[in-house]
Amino acid sequence: MYATNYHRASSVEDAVKLASSNDEAKYLSGGQTLLPTMKQRLAAPSDLVDLRHVSDMKGISVSGGSIRIGAATTHAEVAKSSEIASACPGLAHLAAHIGDPHVRHMGTIGGSIANNDPAADYPAGLVALNATIVTNKRSIGADDFFTGMFDTALEDGELIVAVEIKAPSKSGYAKFPNPASRYAMTGVFVAKHGDGSVRVAVTGAGSDGVFRQADMEQALASDFSAGAIDGVTVDDSELMSDIHASSAYRANLVKVMAKRAVAAAG
Amino acid sequence: MANVSMTVNGRSVSGQCEDRTLLVQFIRENLGLTGTHVGCDTSQCGACVVHVDGKAVKSCTMLAAQADGSEVVTIEGLASGGELHPVQAAFREHHGLQCGFCTPGMIMSAVDMIQRHGGRLDEKTVRQELEGNICRCTGYHNIVKAVLDAASKMGDGTKVAAE
Repeated sequence: MYATNYHRASSVEDAVKLASSNDEAKYLSGGQTLLPTMKQRLAAPSDLVDLRHVSDMKGISVSGGSIRIGAATTHAEVAKSSEIASACPGLAHLAAHIGDPHVRHMGTIGGSIANNDPAADYPAGLVALNATIVTNKRSIGADDFFTGMFDTALEDGELIVAVEIKAPSKSGYAKFPNPASRYAMTGVFVAKHGDGSVRVAVTGAGSDGVFRQADMEQALASDFSAGAIDGVTVDDSELMSDIHASSAYRANLVKVMAKRAVAAAG
Repeated sequence: MANVSMTVNGRSVSGQCEDRTLLVQFIRENLGLTGTHVGCDTSQCGACVVHVDGKAVKSCTMLAAQADGSEVVTIEGLASGGELHPVQAAFREHHGLQCGFCTPGMIMSAVDMIQRHGGRLDEKTVRQELEGNICRCTGYHNIVKAVLDAASKMGDGTKVAAE
């Protein structure tokens, strides 16, 4: 790891100010991706602004079907929250299966989505749930937030403060984890919303990160059952192909994981 | 340079280190507590697991500066007065180690898992919870046996030693 300067932010304003005082600064949340990346010298921020002590960015609140999760809330906290488990069980399940227990104790929802790893779990959840990403400047819909592999709509220095979700009537997530890394080789989040619409989002499979599966959304809107997906064909031309799985294999996984997610959603 | 102060195994410690110093380096090199191991150094193997403010974390994937002001427990902090912690005793009893390199991390993970689940641990849960700890000798069977035995002995309400 190259030398860096550590700063501990006390508030959102403080964090933004610390980050803006240096062009090469980066926000440090749980650090479960950033620190390994720095150790490999693939990232070399001159300054790190630690967000773990910003109380306004932590915690979960659920009221009247509105869920708000602070950006610095850890995966473990989302996974064990009884409020999330009852308002959106698919999201609790997703958080409980990220990485391993130690990673879940440190890694945060804000850090995960800001990084937008094409095989991370949260992007699928937030797109399917039509979440709103609240930053220090504005609110961004999930469809507009995730713009491509490791790419988001965030501007330089812009800081995610919270994620807001309207509780769906049904939600489920299923992933086929890479046996070594536990990242999704394919993960599918299915959410049925209050207006009857269904959103299906896929991570780990797309060659440009998370994407929605429109044919499955249509099929599930008229019949929310695993069987409704049987007739859908998944086009593999835009899917990833690597040493772990070919695009055709992933296309099959998209279908299998979607069916499991629907079954889990009940 | 960072001035770092924390409580390690109940003792207040402080030291100076570079901002980029990892917590595991600080524990091993500044404090001389070499029970915490560095295995893969890529946050996968779990040999470096310690407890920070009551939670098991990989100390190779946290800066010492991040842990400033925290309460840290390492493998050296588990036994009390020459008496092994129940999880340590169970690993010995069930032959839960061979070379022993992964053992500090395994035991710190096991203590954390037992505290979070109380007495409600079954084999499947233990195996899932050990997702972040790799052992290349034992095939895990005896480690799982040791964790289950320790969990049953520590019981539901026994949040012992570590915290």
